[in-house]
Amino acid sequence: MLKLENITKRFGPVVANRRVSLEVGRGEVLALLGENGAGKTTLVSILYGLYAPDEGRILLEGREVRVPSPKAAQRLGIALVPQHPELIEAHTVAENLALGLDLPPFFSRRALEGRLRELLKDHPLGVALEAPVARLSAGEKQRVELLRALLSRPKVLILDEPTSVLTPKEAQELFQEIRRLQALGLAVIFISHKLDEVLAIADRIAVLRGGEKVGELSRKEADKETLVRMMVGRSVAPLPKVPPPREEVVLEVEDLVVPRHGFPVQGVSFALRAGEVLGVAGVAGSGQSELVEALAGLRPYRGSVRFLGQPLPKDPARLYALGVAHIPEERAMGVVGGMSVAENLALRTFRAYAPKGLLDYRAMEREARALIEGYRIKTPSPRTPVRFLSGGNVQKVILARELKGGPRLLLAMHPTYGVDVGAAEEVHGRILELVRQGAAVLLVSEDLDEILALSHRVAALYHGRLVGPIPREAASREALGRMMAEGRA
Amino acid sequence: MRLELDPNPTPAKILGLYALFLGLALLLLGGVFLAYGVSPLRAYALLLSPLGDTLGLAEVARRTIPLLLIGAGLSLAFRVGFFNIGAEGQLLLGAVGAAYVALFLPPGPWTLPLMFLLGGALGALWVGLAAWLRVRFGASEILTTLMQNYLAYYLVVYLVAGPWKGQFVFGFLYTDRFPQEAQLPRLGDTLVHWPTLLLGVGAALLLQVLLFRTPLGFAWRILGENPAAARYLGLKGGRLLLVAALVSGFLAGLAGVGEVAGIHLRLLEPAQISLGYGFTAILAAWLARGRPLLVLLTAPLLGVILAGGDALKLSLSMPFRVVDVVAGLFLLALIGAEALSRHRLIWRR
Amino acid sequence: MEEALVRAVLFGTPILLASLGALLAERGGVVNLGVEGIMALSALAAFAAAMAGGVGLGVLAGVGTGAVLGAFLGLFAVSLRANQFVAGLALAALGLGASGLLGKRYEGVPLPNPLPEEGLALLALALAALLHLLLYRTRFGLYLRSVGENPRAADLFGVSVDGVRHLALFLGGGLMGLAGAYLSLAYRPSWTDGMTAGLGWVAIALVILAAWQPLRAVLGAYLFGLLFFLQFRLQGSVPIPSEAFAAMPYLLVILVLALSGRTRAPKALGIPFERGR
Repeated sequence: MLKLENITKRFGPVVANRRVSLEVGRGEVLALLGENGAGKTTLVSILYGLYAPDEGRILLEGREVRVPSPKAAQRLGIALVPQHPELIEAHTVAENLALGLDLPPFFSRRALEGRLRELLKDHPLGVALEAPVARLSAGEKQRVELLRALLSRPKVLILDEPTSVLTPKEAQELFQEIRRLQALGLAVIFISHKLDEVLAIADRIAVLRGGEKVGELSRKEADKETLVRMMVGRSVAPLPKVPPPREEVVLEVEDLVVPRHGFPVQGVSFALRAGEVLGVAGVAGSGQSELVEALAGLRPYRGSVRFLGQPLPKDPARLYALGVAHIPEERAMGVVGGMSVAENLALRTFRAYAPKGLLDYRAMEREARALIEGYRIKTPSPRTPVRFLSGGNVQKVILARELKGGPRLLLAMHPTYGVDVGAAEEVHGRILELVRQGAAVLLVSEDLDEILALSHRVAALYHGRLVGPIPREAASREALGRMMAEGRA
Repeated sequence: MRLELDPNPTPAKILGLYALFLGLALLLLGGVFLAYGVSPLRAYALLLSPLGDTLGLAEVARRTIPLLLIGAGLSLAFRVGFFNIGAEGQLLLGAVGAAYVALFLPPGPWTLPLMFLLGGALGALWVGLAAWLRVRFGASEILTTLMQNYLAYYLVVYLVAGPWKGQFVFGFLYTDRFPQEAQLPRLGDTLVHWPTLLLGVGAALLLQVLLFRTPLGFAWRILGENPAAARYLGLKGGRLLLVAALVSGFLAGLAGVGEVAGIHLRLLEPAQISLGYGFTAILAAWLARGRPLLVLLTAPLLGVILAGGDALKLSLSMPFRVVDVVAGLFLLALIGAEALSRHRLIWRR
Repeated sequence: MEEALVRAVLFGTPILLASLGALLAERGGVVNLGVEGIMALSALAAFAAAMAGGVGLGVLAGVGTGAVLGAFLGLFAVSLRANQFVAGLALAALGLGASGLLGKRYEGVPLPNPLPEEGLALLALALAALLHLLLYRTRFGLYLRSVGENPRAADLFGVSVDGVRHLALFLGGGLMGLAGAYLSLAYRPSWTDGMTAGLGWVAIALVILAAWQPLRAVLGAYLFGLLFFLQFRLQGSVPIPSEAFAAMPYLLVILVLALSGRTRAPKALGIPFERGR
């Protein structure tokens, strides 16, 4: 059905894909497995017309095709469900779905909705066509995205990390849908970095590492151990044990309310002790950002929050000075791309480099060199603008800066999102070291494995309410999934 | 054909594109000259004629002074993310401040410093209003500062036609001549009022140091490039923006003082006080790419165009609007070249 | 009273037309700050063509010039992904400058057979209704709104972001050109340098005041028209200097911006679209 031959793509000096060849047939599910940064998304972007390949060919049903744009991809019968739902929030579900249709030049809203109902009668939607997309949950949005892709009657369906926004139960439903589509003769490309999923759904598994295809196995040949070794290129050391928390309470949150449209944070209470990690899971948009941003001084809130016995100030700069560090949700928020690595390491403390009014760049770069070495940040020099660094190294810059003052509390949101294994390991190691020194950590993540690996206690946010926390020993993946999806432990 | 981002363009590519786009701008300009009915080559020669003799160079220097002051301030404001398009109005307010001191306060050795102070302050106040509206209400400063240009224009017209109209002038719209103490010294018989020129050079140097060597500048650069990061760090974004805006307004105000105290020696019709310096200075600032020091190069460059426009007007009795055409085309060429150099073109596939 | 209303509509018509043009582009996510220049040059082109071949040709030339200038802005603001605001300002200067330069020979010449203002006023009203239908009842309208809200998503859906934006700027430019033609063929009817007198800027502010809705723009434009009429009327009869009256529209724009500064704009407004990453 679809064949890729020797696809190569470079971004400047970086090779994102090197001579990758793939093939997927009718009614087959091909899994594309690889760590973050392995080149999966780039490959898909080429296939879907978002990037032009530097070398290589794409063949569809035996004929070589060019895919200069997503529109062309759709014409050829290739459909994509992107990793994070890309919908037009201001529009209704019907209007979003309509973009996948061959529309007449003129139409009325009613005619459109009638036609959609007709087309979707085999696919239950679960939400009203007239509903504005902004009100939908992440899972519902993905459902819309999938249906929109199906409306274009594709021959090849690409799903990019589709389960990352879903609860375990929703993921199961998605898998059933994929099997149905498979039976109808669709070729499915399923992208993931999660082994269990891949083993559950794929007929064949292609593994990418560092932009190259390092192997391809049928499901029968594949087992977890082989796949890990192929994916990472070495075996991954298990994380060191975390010592139990101390007595001292670092953070005490009582009845925290963050006003917002949608799901505000409503009446969250918990306490966090020195040397403790509290992991918070949740379906995207359940109030995680609001909770962290409130504690970080970026959002107004009501309720009592005490830090080391004192009321917590609401000013990010003072919070940092007091020992509250914050790894922001978006990496782009935590660095200034055009400023140098040294300057970015000094974003919190730049005033300290100017005792006489003028900034002492020599001292700033000296200290930057120490941090670059200590955190193994890969950069040509301290003066290199941060935007030239890879995601993992940018994350290390943020971590190094936030931790250099020896914080008592770390608010970490998605600390390893989108970084490669090596960097993720290093970030985890640093966080645990901090915990051993007696800091408290509030860890919010979409990665349940990360939460289960690092936390002493786990909790979930469900429609803005905190479910739990319960001790790590009492929690399993499934239990956490239930907490996220149904609001009960 | 499609465009993809090019994170790291080579200098040769950048230079080539700038040359290409400037060439295209010259070609289009030639078309406009042809449509007007003059030979493009003759017009280009006239446009560059001020470079040919000392008198011309003095004209260039005279035009450079306000461009330098305003351009330095704008390069700062743009870098911080405040798109002050109203330097023209701030310049006029500066002129009004200067005229008030010169005409209505007892003259003395304090007169000139006081003129600069009040002129700058009025310029700052004028832009401060737009900055406040942006910070407080989210009103786009591009439009508010632009509208303020018109307001300043009519304010000056009102003053010179009404309450401040000179006692000894008949049939003209301007104030009385400033007293001796309110006149800036000039270089020889040229119109180069050198104290203002020094102020401009000093401003460019000072802002460069402020921006790249002080904590205030550090915070400004964070805010300008990544407002979300500024919020994350707890920087006082509104206040930082306001200060940068005030600095740019103050410098534009100083430029206005220089024009009336150094050249016209009276307050007169706004179109005669400023020959579109506010707009031309936007080019100087844009060309300097957020580096106040570079304005020391770009301001004289645009000074040539302004002086050249004057030469066109005198020799071919062309409307002075020609300067707007030149400036508009060059600005388009600059942003076009800059934008394309950030991308690479992929023709096939 | 009746006269006031009629004059308000006639004063408001060029603002309405230009505003509809700006609105069309902005719903697609592109700010066109070149309105003032586009109107000026179109007014000149319309006048020159009308002198040579009648008002019909004049209108055509005005609309055509506006559309071409809109497309010209698209070259920078859409294809090259340059800063939309700076590109628009440059176009405003270019248009004003070129019209002042090239129009010198028409200065002070009256147009022998002007267009009736009322006809164009009705046309503007119809165009506002048409634009409303275009936005909410057509495929192009859906694509346009999608591109203005989330070009990334629209692109993934297979909508040609650049194509839609180019067309919006082209059509919007045409509307601005019609506004210019109205000024020099019907309203004045003659050509003078600076005859647009800031109406283009008022039109841009009106888009914000109208919250990007064509039908609301109608009311806003007539409100501005009424204010212009009052300014005209009261001038001289009240002890306020004429400069204060002349400055009033600009003051109004500032006020409008302050009052409606945080209304909901199309999400992608003013941001060049880059595919990927």
